[in-house]
Amino acid sequence: MTTKNVRVKIDEMKTNSGLIKNLELSVGKLVQDNYNEPMGPTPMPSMTTLRDWDMKLLNKYKPFYMPDCDLCCLCTFGKCDFTAGKRGACGLDIATQSSRIVMLACAIGSACHSAHSRHLVHSLIEKYGRNFRLDVGGMNTKVEAPVTRLVTGIKPETLGDLDDVLTYVEEQITQVLAVGHTGQEGCNLDFESKAMHVGMIDHVGMEVGDIAQISALGYPKSDPEAPLVKLGIASVDRTKPVIMCIGHNVMPSVGIIDYAKEHKVDEQIEVVGLCCTSHDMTRYYTRARIVGPISWELRFVRAGLADVVVLDEQCIRTDIYEEAAKVNAPVIAASEKNCMGFKNRTNDPADEIVSDLVSGKVQGVLILDPEKVGEVAVRVAQKVAPIRKRKNVLPSIEELQQIAKTCRQCNQCQRNCPQDYNIPAALKAAAQGDMSLLTDLYETCIGCGRCEEACPQKIMVHSLIVKAGEKAMYAENNLCRSGRGQVSDVEIRNVGSPIVLGEIPGIVAIVGCSNYPKGGKDVYDIAREFASRRYIVALSGCSAMSAGSYRNSEGKTIYEEFPGGFEAGGVLNVGSCVANSHIAGAAIKVANIFAKRPLRGNYEEIADYIHNRLGAVGLAWGAYSQKAAAIGAGFWRLGVPVIVGPHGVKYRRMLMGREDKPENWEVLDARTGNTVNVGPAPEHLFTVAETKEECMVAIAKLCIRPNDTWKGRSIKLSHYVDLSKRYLGVMPNDLHLFVRTMADVPMTMKDEFETILKANNWKETIIPDPTMLPRMVRKMKE
Amino acid sequence: MSCEPWQCAEIASTKKATPIQKPEVAVAMIKRAQRPLLIVGSNATMRYMEGKPLIDYMIDFANASKVPVVATAHMVGEFIKRGYHPASFMGAMDIGQRLVDPTWQGIDGKGHPDLVLFVGLPYYMESLMLSGMKHFAPDLKTMTLDNLFHVHATFSFPNASLEEWAANLKVMTQKLKDGGN
Ligand code: SF4
Ligand code: SF4
Ligand code: SF4
Repeated sequence: MTTKNVRVKIDEMKTNSGLIKNLELSVGKLVQDNYNEPMGPTPMPSMTTLRDWDMKLLNKYKPFYMPDCDLCCLCTFGKCDFTAGKRGACGLDIATQSSRIVMLACAIGSACHSAHSRHLVHSLIEKYGRNFRLDVGGMNTKVEAPVTRLVTGIKPETLGDLDDVLTYVEEQITQVLAVGHTGQEGCNLDFESKAMHVGMIDHVGMEVGDIAQISALGYPKSDPEAPLVKLGIASVDRTKPVIMCIGHNVMPSVGIIDYAKEHKVDEQIEVVGLCCTSHDMTRYYTRARIVGPISWELRFVRAGLADVVVLDEQCIRTDIYEEAAKVNAPVIAASEKNCMGFKNRTNDPADEIVSDLVSGKVQGVLILDPEKVGEVAVRVAQKVAPIRKRKNVLPSIEELQQIAKTCRQCNQCQRNCPQDYNIPAALKAAAQGDMSLLTDLYETCIGCGRCEEACPQKIMVHSLIVKAGEKAMYAENNLCRSGRGQVSDVEIRNVGSPIVLGEIPGIVAIVGCSNYPKGGKDVYDIAREFASRRYIVALSGCSAMSAGSYRNSEGKTIYEEFPGGFEAGGVLNVGSCVANSHIAGAAIKVANIFAKRPLRGNYEEIADYIHNRLGAVGLAWGAYSQKAAAIGAGFWRLGVPVIVGPHGVKYRRMLMGREDKPENWEVLDARTGNTVNVGPAPEHLFTVAETKEECMVAIAKLCIRPNDTWKGRSIKLSHYVDLSKRYLGVMPNDLHLFVRTMADVPMTMKDEFETILKANNWKETIIPDPTMLPRMVRKMKE
Repeated sequence: MSCEPWQCAEIASTKKATPIQKPEVAVAMIKRAQRPLLIVGSNATMRYMEGKPLIDYMIDFANASKVPVVATAHMVGEFIKRGYHPASFMGAMDIGQRLVDPTWQGIDGKGHPDLVLFVGLPYYMESLMLSGMKHFAPDLKTMTLDNLFHVHATFSFPNASLEEWAANLKVMTQKLKDGGN
């Protein structure tokens, strides 16, 4: 649908206005498609096209840097030391260097998603052809690719169109990566702007990948009633051979499932997944099992649960093959991005590979053909399972107690534990036969194994924790809703008005990884709290699994307790990492479908709309990855605030407003052009919550927007006050900043508010039609 | 008592904290400060010494020293439950961001703090906040009252046992109550 690199050269041309000589026109791409909407001002933006918008945001939300390192060692001029205001040999200072690292992290994350999408699109085109038509939700979802349409101006209709979109995405990622080279950008705010650019690009890359796989692999399509799938190790029939797939790219798993079905052995084996691959497996095949988030790789492999381990890409423990070797489980690496040092056996006959793996002649192989992966994995699992008989490396309880007695209480494990857990105390108790502290650690340990690396006694601390938690592990039998994909246009129409007017108090997107400070239960608690308050709760990735891993007092998981629609009190699982784009997509659709703002290539206006009107907040409670950084950056550019858990401080830069500075909170009233102070709404674009309790209150507060109606504002304030009283034990100390007229005050709290407003010399103000774009004022006046 | 960062990997620092070898030294610095501030984080109810949570020690310390307290996370309610009203409460990032702004006039609006005491935040959070202060608030002195060495602070107690920590806090509280003598 698009033509690349059109160049027109005119040597001499006579026109009405005179003679033109040597005119050369060069257009990156000509779009010739069936997309009727007129093109907006910024299709396929380059790194600087939206720079002014970024600077508006960065002026309001200033970077607060907390450098993780005083040094830079990226080139041979270094190491350079930035302390006490010193600059490096290239002229960078600590602020520019910190922002450069942020930008590079976002570029890596964006590259990772987009390369994943590229592989999916390539593979699916090979299988189904370029003209295979996209369908993400039938007639209910006509805006099939809101992020792509907004950013690129392309309305993709076929797999081949996605190929074109990815070409643009890849070009932008390369441009941003280039900026990380020594001697490029010299201003921290420009690095920040480029981080946002590549974050926006990340959402396009993710959307492309997910709509490709939804369309071609028959996943649930915008389905609020997507099937409930089994979650947890107890849901796995351990008498059958178990194939464990780890990573994010579903193609090898598709090969396994297809082979098993074709050969009618699908009922005789178990295909289970860790991390986002498992979401996509269950979207493809509901008999697949989700066994857990990324952080549980070690516990399952060491417990001997996998007969074959299949690795695709992203977030895989790079030493997992050593762990698998200890339990005699063969490994198949199935991605070019992750060859693990294995010999490439892609072109060898399957019989030979199977024989080598079963006999133990080789411990692992690289197979880059998903169909061959399928055949080899299934056949090897069937043969290996009876031989290895669930061999595991966990000690018995008696052995555990003996091992614990060898602990010297030197604290090295705790000092190397990213969570600073008191492991020595747990081992001291275990040595005396009390396993309770170790069992508690099972609930919260992120399975990194750093404790073991540091132990001078070579105690396998993590294995001891898993043994102590074994009973709990084998009782894990829960439900997750299979990833539903996009939010449909119909759902947006139904809720657009109550969201924008503030009557649905907010959309809480709980996304990302499992580097949780105190276990996954916090994610469940937060999701349940907000769903019960009739916020819309959208989940994805490891967070969606963690939320499904607990039950209420009636024994129901969160997906059984709440509906799966994009509605007040709905709890949606959009899907895997790449499905995060649908959450941004839903926000964009509200602006387009509900508010009728033009979509095509019209980024600034839509972002301005979302930022000022849509009470959406992202929470990545266990964010650890560069991908999570990129996803966050994509939300920042759309003006959506993001909260991370305490480990997120290591992203080393926050984007924060100051509620004590009134000058930060001025917007234009699009009706009059007047400047109006709307208070800190939302207060931050990127911040950390130290504890679950703080996080609950921060979410409610960050859902407040300048455009809330008085009714909507009073609902939002009543949640903010209620959560603050419940979790912080006090009334908020900034309520006067959020009351515009007395009608904003929740009815039942009038007296309390009046006292606060009086004490703070509060003055009534108006509710504007808010915008940060002067051109929107002109537009409204016309 | 070791002066290595408590979390082993937190060593990437060329400008390292001066170890506080005796609580009396810390008391003298606190007394000398014109506008000290104490930030208390969420571990205040998680860490115990001699059967008492850290927050109880910090209430005694704050009462004795009259240093205003900013409670982060959900600690404000914990303080109030125990009958102590902190001067302010806000997120750790919010107070951190204010501290690196030289124009910020403190929680009472009367001037920027000159010495900030940190205690009880998760180690890695406190460490990075201290790094932020070190780089972006060069005129501000920072001190940790934890028993964990913080390399990015201006002054830090070395790694110490719970018993030593309790003793240090009690000595400081007593000395501050006595007017620092
Ligand atoms: S990139 Fe710049 S700051 Fe880094 S080592 Fe090279 S000269 Fe030094
Ligand atoms: S495996 Fe668990 S206990 Fe060990 S260092 Fe990692 S988080 Fe800490
Ligand atoms: S590092 Fe090993 S010996 Fe030292 S306290 Fe931990 S488990 Fe015990």
